[in-house]
Amino acid sequence: MIIDKDLILRVAKNARLNLSEKEIKRFEEDFRDVLDCFSVLDKVDVSDVDITLHPLNLKNTVRKDEIKASLTLDEVFKNSKRKDNFFVGPKSL
Amino acid sequence: MIKDFDGEKGNVDLVFDEANQNKDYFNLICDKNYSSSGKLKNVCISVKDSIIVKDVISRGGSKILDGYNPLFSATVVQRLVNNGAIVVGKTTQDEFGFGSFNVNVGKGFSVPKNPFDSERSCGGSSGGGCAFTQKCTGEHISLVESTGGSIACPASFCGVFGFTPTYGLLSRYGLIDYGNSLDKIGFASKYLDNIANILGYCIGKDENDSTSLDVNEKYSIKSLKGLKVGLVSEGFDVDEGVKNVIIEYLDTKKVKYDEVSLDFSYKYGVAAYYIVAMCEASTNLAKYCGMRYGLSDEIKGDFNQYFSKIREEGFGNEAKRRVMLGTFARMVGYRDAYYIKALKVKTMIIKDYKKKFKKYDVLITPTMPFIAPRFDDIKNMSVVDNYMADKLLAGVNLGGFPHLNVPVGFLNKMPVGMLVIADHLMEKNLFRGWL
Repeated sequence: MIIDKDLILRVAKNARLNLSEKEIKRFEEDFRDVLDCFSVLDKVDVSDVDITLHPLNLKNTVRKDEIKASLTLDEVFKNSKRKDNFFVGPKSL
Repeated sequence: MIKDFDGEKGNVDLVFDEANQNKDYFNLICDKNYSSSGKLKNVCISVKDSIIVKDVISRGGSKILDGYNPLFSATVVQRLVNNGAIVVGKTTQDEFGFGSFNVNVGKGFSVPKNPFDSERSCGGSSGGGCAFTQKCTGEHISLVESTGGSIACPASFCGVFGFTPTYGLLSRYGLIDYGNSLDKIGFASKYLDNIANILGYCIGKDENDSTSLDVNEKYSIKSLKGLKVGLVSEGFDVDEGVKNVIIEYLDTKKVKYDEVSLDFSYKYGVAAYYIVAMCEASTNLAKYCGMRYGLSDEIKGDFNQYFSKIREEGFGNEAKRRVMLGTFARMVGYRDAYYIKALKVKTMIIKDYKKKFKKYDVLITPTMPFIAPRFDDIKNMSVVDNYMADKLLAGVNLGGFPHLNVPVGFLNKMPVGMLVIADHLMEKNLFRGWL
């Protein structure tokens, strides 16, 4: 695998992160070191092994579909900028 | 000890005074108040910044959550408050829990110092909670959180008990996520019976967390008699002084043990853990975009430009690194090779431990390979050196096994911790007469 500036920029774009030139250079080095460390797993044969998410193998659990009181508008907008009962954000179109 | 607690207001005064004398261990100290009733009346709890408390600014140690004022409390906090506990404040941590030394703090946050030596680390990521627990002379329990060792590590460096439960035993509702399949709220205290006692108030199914377990049990401290103990040989490849303190402690307590091997788990645990943790962290941190809550700025540009700018401003170095590596490991073409493979290795690690728990009640290793390092030494550690510091804690956290740091002695005047690990939902095997 080639780890270079192009790869770092592609990942940063997906991650929605602006990076400085210094950070790009540092992440190139970090990716090489850390992925080399992770490569120890290449030796492990995982054929016929299932993935584990919850270690106790829970079945799907769902709550009852009951109508409950929801937040007031003042609560919803308590932590954000508000305009005409909408969140204020950048243009999407 | 809480079981003997007399509910005096004087305890609240004492703990708040001590919190104000140790402000470096807090991101925020609450206004003092007293409770009027409940079995935990006037018992003080400090809460890691990533565990939210209603109407108390909770930031997970990150600038990107500046000003976030929660509308509700985490289930665990609410259950304790309902029984009369008092919240003292929000304790310092590595940003979102990303660290083993509590030096990866968010922009604008300070690094807490070890209570035994101010030139050394408290451990991370729950450094503030464990350090204040060591300092505090009043009745106090710290609510802390572990994804890959963030309770046991600072408990070891600060010389207190640090308890991490089976994954799912305590609700994660109201915990600012790091890795959903790994995060566990737990406790730090000077007294193990306090932890056993308070645990009973916090467990039980929570309809707001579908991964929480339906367990209803009370816990107390039993003797060490009859406990079947396995010493994990791979775990003792550590500082010779640390090893000697632990063996001496076990001999003093007349604990009999066999040596066992967990070669697979110790060889692959760190890599599998970090892949799962980073993948989940990068997904969880995607929601921080400068709208709805937390850090915001003048709205300029399109969605991608605004979000990228806010995230550049709000995240510290380690948060960016983990978002980058986690995003990479989930990208098309790499997902199966990293994330899915790591989840399969997790299955194999759980089986590895389960085999040992057929014969042994608990497994023991040192908690950390060394005593609390100096800040100067941490500066010289590489990224991989930092991650490898978790080598004794990664596998057990990946597998969701309950574990306990026991402060067993001192080396060069710094605390040494011993890690006791039990099978899933066998917390009772941790609550023994270790001190």
